[in-house]
Amino acid sequence: MHAESDIRIPLILGSKSYRQISDDIIAPIEGKAAKGWYTLITLCALSFLWGIGCLAYTIGVGIGAWGSNNGVDWAWDITNFVWWIGIGHAGTLISAVLLLFRQKWRMAINRSAEAMTIFAVLCAAIFVTLHTGRPWLDYMLFPLPNQFGSLWPNFNSPLLWDVFAVSTYATVSIVFWYIGLIPDFGMIRDRVIKPWQKKMYGTLSFGWGGSARHWSRFEEVSLVLAGLSTPLVFSVHSIVSFDFATSVVPGWHTTIFPPYFVSGAVFSGFAMVLTLMLVVRKIYKLEHYLTIKHIEYMNIVIIVTGSIVGVAYLTELFVAWYSGVEWEQYAFLNRATGPMAWSYWIMMSCNVLSPQLFWFKKIRTSIIATFILSIVVNIGMWFERFVIIVPTLCRTYLPSTWNSYSPSFIDIGIFVGTLGMFGTFFLLFSRYFPVVAQAELKTILKSSGEQQKKDSAALAHH
Amino acid sequence: MASAVATNKHIIHGVFNDEVPLLEACRKLRASGIRIKDVFTPMPIHGIDGIIGVPRTRIAICAFIYGITGTALASLMMWYMMISDWPLDVGGKPNWAYYFNIPAFIPITFEMTVFCAAHGMALTYFLRCWLVPGAKAKNPDPRTTDDKFLIYLELNDEQAKKAEEVLKANGAEEVNHKGTFVVEPAYVLDETH
Repeated sequence: MHAESDIRIPLILGSKSYRQISDDIIAPIEGKAAKGWYTLITLCALSFLWGIGCLAYTIGVGIGAWGSNNGVDWAWDITNFVWWIGIGHAGTLISAVLLLFRQKWRMAINRSAEAMTIFAVLCAAIFVTLHTGRPWLDYMLFPLPNQFGSLWPNFNSPLLWDVFAVSTYATVSIVFWYIGLIPDFGMIRDRVIKPWQKKMYGTLSFGWGGSARHWSRFEEVSLVLAGLSTPLVFSVHSIVSFDFATSVVPGWHTTIFPPYFVSGAVFSGFAMVLTLMLVVRKIYKLEHYLTIKHIEYMNIVIIVTGSIVGVAYLTELFVAWYSGVEWEQYAFLNRATGPMAWSYWIMMSCNVLSPQLFWFKKIRTSIIATFILSIVVNIGMWFERFVIIVPTLCRTYLPSTWNSYSPSFIDIGIFVGTLGMFGTFFLLFSRYFPVVAQAELKTILKSSGEQQKKDSAALAHH
Repeated sequence: MASAVATNKHIIHGVFNDEVPLLEACRKLRASGIRIKDVFTPMPIHGIDGIIGVPRTRIAICAFIYGITGTALASLMMWYMMISDWPLDVGGKPNWAYYFNIPAFIPITFEMTVFCAAHGMALTYFLRCWLVPGAKAKNPDPRTTDDKFLIYLELNDEQAKKAEEVLKANGAEEVNHKGTFVVEPAYVLDETH
């Protein structure tokens, strides 16, 4: 067993036993859902349906239904794609990178963060499959022989790298998440009484028994998957940034993009985890597992990544000025002072200024302030992608192609629809799946439980 | 050596409510020459493998092999499609040789490596542990996924008696005798190690 200094703040509050952890995690599954859950899921499901309607309309009439035009051929679709994919990054970072660094506080949040990753990647997938214009031909993205001869997709293109990166990322995340879920499904299977639940969790648990051999393989698989997912998560957003960086559009053609995109992704992902977890801990009464300390840790990650993003913005401006390239300079001048300057300043204030508030301990340990700021950060990160894409494409090399942009009703509908889909899936997940990785929590109970720490401290003093 | 007559085997469950006495009991059982068939616990317990004699899993080696298979497949695919079958000519710069184009091929090579390593290993894990949809629950007592720790033994008459004593002396909450079965002489192994 692992001992821990008693100066370290406990990660599991109260006096918990192994039994009690199971009880607390199974409570939302066995009990009745709170009223708030029904209200929220109705709201989300309705916007999801609205989004499906807008999607169907787009497929029916083509992407002329969107606000995108001849100059601004990427707009809300790619903004939303990059935003969602970025949000997904926090889940993998928490479950993989923090596992490699042996950060025990990840255990309270990794399950829901990974679920969030998967749902966010699904939302992102809607936009990439649709923005091609004819989604029924999307199989052409994969290296299948073309029906008119042996013409293959272009492996020199970052757009194709993206296809491989996102599909690898989505499938590996699902597998990683599910392998972790199996022992918890096993616990639920052995606890529930209703026959349909017994059957459902029996199937979902894949016959898990918790034998020593299986645990030993489980731990090895988790470790190796974490090792594989760590470079994977950095590669995915780097490749997304290559979609921009390898083009010759001023304001996009910059080498800073990969690290800048990755830290932005982690930044917005942690903000989304916080938004969701603050709601989940309230509805399901998980305050003992998701403590203020956890919130503080996540806020610290937000300060770090938010500051990296801020430095990246300033570096871009400096390099544009220092490069002496007129087009580059104009691109940034246009973002900050042009017709869409409002979006630039929303981005700057939400992403650069707002996270700095977390330097104050009072703010980073306040639930309400964290909740509000986590939403502000995600608004800011949405605008970051919007600023990179839309104002830039409105003013490219040829003034004769200069254009304006406004989203259509359908654009907004699809975006709202993905928010609804994300919410619906997450609410269903939180009601029927174990929201906290209880088997993992049991491994740290003795070293990080509040009562257990007190007991061992008392023992040490005698 | 095995005796030439059929042997009775007793199935014994030693149930604990904590991992510390369980580990101690495992050590004692092994010290008195009793083979531990399996241990069922609600969470992974560090250091148990060495005590009960579970060899280190080789699943990470499998992952490495799947990974390099992915690297090879990706390289072969891109070489065939971009160099051999149809050397794409972009801006007067055709793909003449694989090594000229390597920088552009790195991302997909990496992704395919991770894809094959991760999925190959996951599949191996599921099949090796026989974790498949519809498989029967493998724990002999449903409480072991919640808060009980169980030592599972299959022993002959003499060893069973000894094991029950060791389990009781080391704080087992329950020692359950779950039945006997007969093993034909041909299948009896020497289990004194």
